[in-house]
Amino acid sequence: MSKRLPYVIATALLASLSLIAHARETVKIAFIGPLTGGVAANGLGGRNSAELAVKLRNADPKAKYHYELLVLDDECKPNVGVQVATKAAADNDVIAGITHYCSTVAMGTVDVYHRFGLPVIVWGAVLPDITYGNNYKEIHRVNGTMINQNEVAAKFMTGLKFKRWAIIHDTTDYGKGHDKYFSEFLKKDGGQIVGDFGVTADQQDFSAELTRIKELKPDVIYFGGITPLGVRIRSQMDKFGVKAVFEGTSGIISDAFIEGLGPLAEGVVAFREGAPADKLPGGKMFLKEYAAANYSDPPEAYGPFAFAATNLVIDAIEQVGPNRKKVRKVLDRTKDHDSVVGKITFDDHGQNSVPLITKFVVQDGKWVVWEDSEYASGKRSLTGR
Amino acid sequence: MDLALLAQHALNGAMLGVIYALVAVGFTLFFGVLDVIKFSHGDVVMLGAFTGLATSIGLSSAFGSVPPWIAVIVITLTAVAAMALVGALMAKFLVLPLHKAPTLNVLLITLMAGTVIRESVRLFYPQGSNPKPFPRLLPDGAVNLGRLTLRFDSAILLAIGVIAIVGVHLLITRTRLGLAIRAVAQDPETASAMGIPFQATVLATFALGSGLAALAGVVNGLYYSEVNFSMGLLLGAIGFSAAVIGGLGNVYGAILGGFIFAALQTIGAVALPIASAYKDVFAFGAVIALMAWKPAGLLAERSAERV
Repeated sequence: MSKRLPYVIATALLASLSLIAHARETVKIAFIGPLTGGVAANGLGGRNSAELAVKLRNADPKAKYHYELLVLDDECKPNVGVQVATKAAADNDVIAGITHYCSTVAMGTVDVYHRFGLPVIVWGAVLPDITYGNNYKEIHRVNGTMINQNEVAAKFMTGLKFKRWAIIHDTTDYGKGHDKYFSEFLKKDGGQIVGDFGVTADQQDFSAELTRIKELKPDVIYFGGITPLGVRIRSQMDKFGVKAVFEGTSGIISDAFIEGLGPLAEGVVAFREGAPADKLPGGKMFLKEYAAANYSDPPEAYGPFAFAATNLVIDAIEQVGPNRKKVRKVLDRTKDHDSVVGKITFDDHGQNSVPLITKFVVQDGKWVVWEDSEYASGKRSLTGR
Repeated sequence: MDLALLAQHALNGAMLGVIYALVAVGFTLFFGVLDVIKFSHGDVVMLGAFTGLATSIGLSSAFGSVPPWIAVIVITLTAVAAMALVGALMAKFLVLPLHKAPTLNVLLITLMAGTVIRESVRLFYPQGSNPKPFPRLLPDGAVNLGRLTLRFDSAILLAIGVIAIVGVHLLITRTRLGLAIRAVAQDPETASAMGIPFQATVLATFALGSGLAALAGVVNGLYYSEVNFSMGLLLGAIGFSAAVIGGLGNVYGAILGGFIFAALQTIGAVALPIASAYKDVFAFGAVIALMAWKPAGLLAERSAERV
């Protein structure tokens, strides 16, 4: 017996050690985005990206906790968003959230997160009021707002000597916000708005609007809205013989937009904050890991932001442990944090200051950075499609 | 607004009207024979469009380039046949077993069936949540009459729609099947007693209505060159409204209702000094007003003569 004792103790110790190594405390993080409905492609891309961040961290032997992603579907509908936000926030095991692609949903849920004290990082919604319309310390955002986006958009397009714009926007907060900021900046830069049309977000037929726009002879149609509607309008512009440049917002920068239009997508311009993923050292790593994970849907434009937001949350938890208040405080103080979308710094409202706006144009079935495109080099021209 | 522009808007409206009428006729046929409202109808329109899309992809991968005329015919026939089958199956397994239950149950079960269809297309069609380009198979040209642009494809689709509507009229008034449908609509018990097979007639009616829905879906796809999994939602709501303002149970009422609804939408977007975002509010508001004025619809069915 006495001879065996040391072995028994050693075995028991080893066993308990390996138990500790495997049984790291599990910490839950919520991901909320549109997984069904018209913009589901973007939501799935974001979800996969957040999941990838969690998976990579769990595989890291140095991580103190085991992370679990609670995935919820907001359907891009404010009422559903508030329901699932409440579900996540009321769950005490959930320490932080990576929340929302749709601005209308993000607007509806900020109060919920504030009330429950759940720190969240918005990964895709661009309406300024989400961070600037309140003083909630819980709300942060890694992507930029539509203000910067439209300022650059108006300056850039007037710089290309376009004069006359017709605006079509959806009548959600998102579309109205784009309409407002773009109109403001365009007037400042000397552009003329010949017509402004609000349309519902699920409208199928634009024959009446486009027939009127054709009479107004604009150089550019500015569209404030998201992919499904953008595809429909661009496609019907061609049907009704409206020859104008189609200018969109970050809401149409998706692979789904190009897939839905085929060759008609050529020469469409749009703007998005942040540098494109493959231009950043961390971004290349992200795209490589994403490809290696074999997801059936692409990350789409905001996948890198969801990935960065998830990592930011995990880093904060690693630092102070799974405590909502402490994590919130760490997030509030985020400064020059390295990520796949560049350095992240939150201002007083939790808004990441993303100074860089990237201009995109569709060339040969791909979103190409304007400066790298044949449109910028003069080989192709937007008007002479 | 000059005459050419007015004609252009009228033409656009007529195209919409044809699509709405094709959907509305289905609603009214189902209500005519069984007094049920089949709320999955809009999603059957969408499924028809996707069947057409899948057929066209299958055609071009099996035979390389197919002459567009043949492709249009094959796509349309496949979609119509497939949806006629789907319609008959839904009637047999969802609607008929419940036809003695309160009509609310049929409404609910078909509403759910519609959601199943919609979400299945989204989940199981490759990248189904994205809008899909529909092949451009009709001639691309157009004639310009002053400022009026008449596109060949619109003209062809308009003709297809009108032929289909006339075809339904002839089927119902001139054939034995039409006679059976009318008889069952009027009085199922008596019709059975006279030797008209009740179940077969109901199945045929659902096949007919769903086939028309598929046609509406394909016409919709060819017209807009784009289809998406949620397109059936609004089309269903509009088709139903059109059938109701026309008078549920009356085929001509449904056709009239379809064109009225398209006209209301066009007027709402073009002629009224309101933002075009409110065109649906205006159109549905006008429907409410019409229903308050004529609760049974414009061409109300006389109780002794349905469909």
